[in-house]
Amino acid sequence: MQAAEMNAMRAAEGLLALSQQEELVDLQDYPLSASEDEGDSDGERKHQKLLESIGSLDGKKRWKLAERSEASLKVSEFNVSSEGSGEKLLLSDLLEPAKTSSSLAAVKKQLSRVKSKKAVELPLNKQEVERINREVAFNKTSQTLSKWDPIVLKNRQAEQLVFPLEKEPASFVPIEHVFGSWKARTPLEQEIFNILYKNKQPVTDPLLTPMEKASLKAMSLEEAKMRRAELQRARALQSYYEAKARREKKIKSKKYHKIVKKGKVKKALKEFEQLQKVNPAAALEELEKIEKARMMERMSLKHQNSGKWAKSKAIMAKYDLEARQAMQEQLAKNKELTQKLQVVSESEEEEKGTEEEELLVPDAVNEIQMCTDGPNPWMLRNCNSDAKGEIQKDPEQPPEPMVQEVSESEEEEKPGGEEEVLLQEFEERRSLRKSSELSKNAEPVGSQKTKDSSSQEVLSELKALTQKLNQKNCQSKKQNVNLVKTVLQGQREECAPEEEEPLLLQRPERVQTLEDLEDLDHEEYSQIRELSRPVLEGERTERTTDNQTDASKGKKKEQMIDLQNLLTTKSPSVKSLAVPTAIEELEDEEEKHQKQIIKEAFAGDDVIRDFLKEKKEAVKASKPKDVDLTLPGWGEWGGIGLKPSAKKRRRFLIKAPEGPPRKDKNLPNVIISEKRNIQAAAHQVQVLPYPFTHHQQFERTVQTPIGSTWNTQRAFQKLTTPKVVTKPGHIIKPIKAEDVGYCSSSRSDLSVTLSNPKRPTGHHKKQLKKNSID
Amino acid sequence: METVPRPGKGVPLKKDKLQAKRKKPRRYWEEETAPTAAGASPGPPRKKKKNLELRRQKLKNAHNSKKSWSSKKSQVTKKSREQRRPREQKNLREQKKPGSQQSLSGAQDPFPGPAPVPVQKARKFCRIDKSKKLPHSLPKTQSKLEVAEALEEEISIKAARSELLLAEEPGFLEGDDGEDTAKIRQADIVEAVDIASAAKHFDLNLRQFGPYRLDYSRTGRHMTFAGRRGHVAALDWVTKKLMCEINVMEAVRDIRFLHSEALLAVAQNRWLHIYDNQGIELHCVRRCDRVTRLEFLPFHFLLTTASETGFLTYLDVSVGKIVAALNARAGRLNVMAQNPYNAVIHLGHSNGTVSLWSPSVQEPLAKILCHRGGVQAVAVDSTGTYMATSGLDHQLKVFDLRGTYQPLSARTLPLGAGHLAFSQRGLLAAGMGDVVNIWTGQGKATLPALERPYLTHRLAGPVHGLQFCPFEDVLGVGHSGGITSMLVPGAAEPNFDGLESNPYRSRKQRQEWEVKALLEKVPAELICLNPRALAEVDVISLEQRKKERMERLGYDPEAKAPFQPKPKRKGRSSTGSMVKRKKKVLEQEHRDKVRQSLEEQQKQQKQQKAKPTGVQPSALDRFVR
Repeated sequence: MQAAEMNAMRAAEGLLALSQQEELVDLQDYPLSASEDEGDSDGERKHQKLLESIGSLDGKKRWKLAERSEASLKVSEFNVSSEGSGEKLLLSDLLEPAKTSSSLAAVKKQLSRVKSKKAVELPLNKQEVERINREVAFNKTSQTLSKWDPIVLKNRQAEQLVFPLEKEPASFVPIEHVFGSWKARTPLEQEIFNILYKNKQPVTDPLLTPMEKASLKAMSLEEAKMRRAELQRARALQSYYEAKARREKKIKSKKYHKIVKKGKVKKALKEFEQLQKVNPAAALEELEKIEKARMMERMSLKHQNSGKWAKSKAIMAKYDLEARQAMQEQLAKNKELTQKLQVVSESEEEEKGTEEEELLVPDAVNEIQMCTDGPNPWMLRNCNSDAKGEIQKDPEQPPEPMVQEVSESEEEEKPGGEEEVLLQEFEERRSLRKSSELSKNAEPVGSQKTKDSSSQEVLSELKALTQKLNQKNCQSKKQNVNLVKTVLQGQREECAPEEEEPLLLQRPERVQTLEDLEDLDHEEYSQIRELSRPVLEGERTERTTDNQTDASKGKKKEQMIDLQNLLTTKSPSVKSLAVPTAIEELEDEEEKHQKQIIKEAFAGDDVIRDFLKEKKEAVKASKPKDVDLTLPGWGEWGGIGLKPSAKKRRRFLIKAPEGPPRKDKNLPNVIISEKRNIQAAAHQVQVLPYPFTHHQQFERTVQTPIGSTWNTQRAFQKLTTPKVVTKPGHIIKPIKAEDVGYCSSSRSDLSVTLSNPKRPTGHHKKQLKKNSID
Repeated sequence: METVPRPGKGVPLKKDKLQAKRKKPRRYWEEETAPTAAGASPGPPRKKKKNLELRRQKLKNAHNSKKSWSSKKSQVTKKSREQRRPREQKNLREQKKPGSQQSLSGAQDPFPGPAPVPVQKARKFCRIDKSKKLPHSLPKTQSKLEVAEALEEEISIKAARSELLLAEEPGFLEGDDGEDTAKIRQADIVEAVDIASAAKHFDLNLRQFGPYRLDYSRTGRHMTFAGRRGHVAALDWVTKKLMCEINVMEAVRDIRFLHSEALLAVAQNRWLHIYDNQGIELHCVRRCDRVTRLEFLPFHFLLTTASETGFLTYLDVSVGKIVAALNARAGRLNVMAQNPYNAVIHLGHSNGTVSLWSPSVQEPLAKILCHRGGVQAVAVDSTGTYMATSGLDHQLKVFDLRGTYQPLSARTLPLGAGHLAFSQRGLLAAGMGDVVNIWTGQGKATLPALERPYLTHRLAGPVHGLQFCPFEDVLGVGHSGGITSMLVPGAAEPNFDGLESNPYRSRKQRQEWEVKALLEKVPAELICLNPRALAEVDVISLEQRKKERMERLGYDPEAKAPFQPKPKRKGRSSTGSMVKRKKKVLEQEHRDKVRQSLEEQQKQQKQQKAKPTGVQPSALDRFVR
């Protein structure tokens, strides 16, 4: 910069010197010209001046640079005239010498550079600078710290933390090293090792000895050669056959194919016959194949002159002998194909005599039956179906196939037959049931007394229900119910001593009767059942053991059970083999016993009343009380005997909120105290721990007991593992990046380089965003 | 009548009948087996008249008595399989690597991976009721819940697996076709069983000191009995070794072992006395006077006494303090039983009610009207599901204790049962006069079927005390002629917990157990009807705390902030429009609330409508009495 300025200064000095020299030159020239044409030039100049003054009259061009046309002594430095007065004088122009020199180009460049530079802005104030610095620092640190987030989270959720963190690397010593130091000492050990080493039994690689491996690998050369030859031959054969097949396939002659086919059939037949003699089982299979072909033929319309070709021939057949022949040929073929294959064996023939029907039975079939004794029903069936008619007539046929035959013949009818059987069964059952019911109905009440108690139970129930059903038409339900009740009670009070029939037998019986009744009339039944509900209550409780479903049905109805019924219903008496001696004496006088029971049953009526009273009181006591705020005489007349009006009382009565329903609301025979057990409550949790928002959530996590009384040893240990385990006598150092699998960079402990850099968390993101906006 | 076949069942009837008649042996794991499963494998027809099988108590347990054998707890066995899968996931990961699975011999594990556990078995140990719906939870809470559920599942699987260690099976008695097991006499049973079991049936003829009451220790090894006329004795009843025999020279009403066989509580005429197993009197508790019945709650170390004066007293024997003395206000108390499930005391009263008591509540937890006459005897089964009561009205009833308190079955007995007892596996014994009847259900913890007794036995005199022996198929009966030890196949739990109650424990082990039991003593305040309620949050105090906090802060910190409309630009946030917007949101909320409540009301109405359809009142109802 300074150097450039110096240059400019020097240049300016040079300039001044030059201009002075020029002036001097001018001064020398002037006197000469003035002396030559003084007069002319004087007039001309004046004229010129005039013109100029006129021209300047319009006011636009006031000032005109004085043109120095003559030499004067006084040269004003301000009036240095120049030709292009409107143009600006550039510094570079001044510098430019008359002839361009290269030495100044550098200076020019420097000048232009100086000009292009802008001015430096004002610095920010201190606070701003600090704030920016802080933000940047925060972002950087938070980003580095965020890399620790997953570790922190993991540690927080971990079941157990073990300190100090760095673990000694578990050293895996190869087994040879371990064995190396160990030596066989006892004779047994030595012997074993001797054997092992002798056989080169591997100690480390356990699977095979080298010998075994070698033997596995080995394969003799001859064997290999043989095998290769075999393979080659097979391949060659295959290629021959392929070629042949291809060639034959290309042949288009019909005749050729016909001949081939015929030949094949013949060959097959021959083979079959041979096979029959040699291997009957295989023959049978073959037969089946033929059979199948026959079946296919019968099914199809191939040779039945129904095709396009056949139809066209049929038209021609009248006139054309050849066509006729062709058609006949076709039909013959069809016949041939559909004909059954009949092979006759001589020995069979001789044995069974020469009956025609007999002849038709395929030989193979009989053979098979004889030799295997019906091993495969499917095969048998097939064969039999072929020879159906014949066998039916045959008297000497063994019974086994006969049976099958019969079943075969009935096959079509079978579904119908089954239904019939079922229907028959049902009818039988129904009739049985009816008869039993009838007998029950017919039985007089008195006769039941002789029956044993268990059957009585069944009967009584049954009877009650059937009677109800019978009498419901008479519209005397009430009477009916009463009757039933008396009957039932009478039955129960008897308590027959013997119970021979096992109780388990009751069950199917009862279920059936119930089902029947339901079938008969469901609605009526249910109604009646409701009516007779109290009566049957005792029965129901008893039935819980027998019929669970019934019991549950009864239980589900959440109703107020009548307490009176609950206690007064008689339960069936238990019978025991050994009756207490005290009772034995009593049993002799049965009437006395009965009376006693009755007396006992009705003795404690007041017990129930007392209990109900007590319950009522308890309910009353547990209810929250209303608050009465009425003031007698306030806003009304006061005095003795005057009561505040009902309206007022209503207005000032603060009703207590109704609590939750009592636990024993629907249980008439129970009073459950609603009082809170304060002492036990002191042991309960009263504050929800942090992440839980509802007490049910927390309760679920503490459901499992952790004591060793309720758990297996291992489970107990797991449940009671300490959260943090420390090694005594060890310094617990702060966590390092290496400890958690990060490799730390050299700069600081904090900076962690992640293999997959984690995205900054939401909070940090927000921060970054804010910065970018700023 | 039984000739009528049931429609719709293809099985021939005869076979069905046979199966129904024969009582199948029930294994301990077959608690809820369907009858089809039991009848699926009918054995060959038996030729013997009687087929008796008694469980043989294997003495080998005595050798490894340090290990536990109970269903409740199981121990670490050195089973390699178990050792191999402490963490299943880890194991699975290892299996994926081919190299790690190969053993040295090159043989492969024929059963790779953890042993499968049937879901049904594991479900038995699950305690979280997943059918209950939880309110919506935050993800953080959700993860905690998931962890808890996973842990529970894992633990239940472990417990199910350890069931394998319950090697013993319960015995049973099985009659031939049509044969009544009740006809089988004790002599027959004794004849049929092995000599060790036969030795467990015995009679003690003690006619001099009146009717006896008896008690077994918790391990089932020791027995103590007391005659009314002052005869007190304790013995190891298996070896018949007498520990002590004294006469207290006073009427004795009841006797109980305390937590171990070393201490006896005897309810004498005036006061309660405590003796040790040498017969030395240790204490005389004068605050418990005129005691009629004793009960000992083993986990709480509480000796409960019911007195003639109508007081129920809880005495903490570990510190010797009376925890609670409750006035039952029902006259003389002479019927008492404890519920082993929740340690609630059941008292029977003369007005036919049974009341349930806890030391922390001054009034009965519940009162059940059971009989029209006075209650004679009460017994509760070991799972706390059933309560059997007998009254003066000659009835024997079994009540459901799971909330409903309704009678499940009832029978009239020729003579009211004076004493009742439940066995560990749910057999019910009743002493009526000089006869003992025993009923059985369909496996463990099922309702005993009262139709026909399982066993009956006649004694030399009227029954005065009845108790099943723990872990032995034995019923001890005290009567006026002495003591009878009856064999009852299938009565007791065959597998015992060696750490909890080990019949073969040594003195040292007993001392160890005593210390542990004392450390694990349950406070008396925790006795309540539903012990699982202790695992619940105390909602009332939770609400109370919330309320208090709200009052302290002056606002509800958890409440949703009221809607505050945001100011809008361009002149649209005039005061009027702001108020309008606010109102709009408020009304919307209000409408939602109203709609919800309406829906609820409709639901309730529907339910109410549905209810009466069941009971259609008829015009004839007025005549029904």
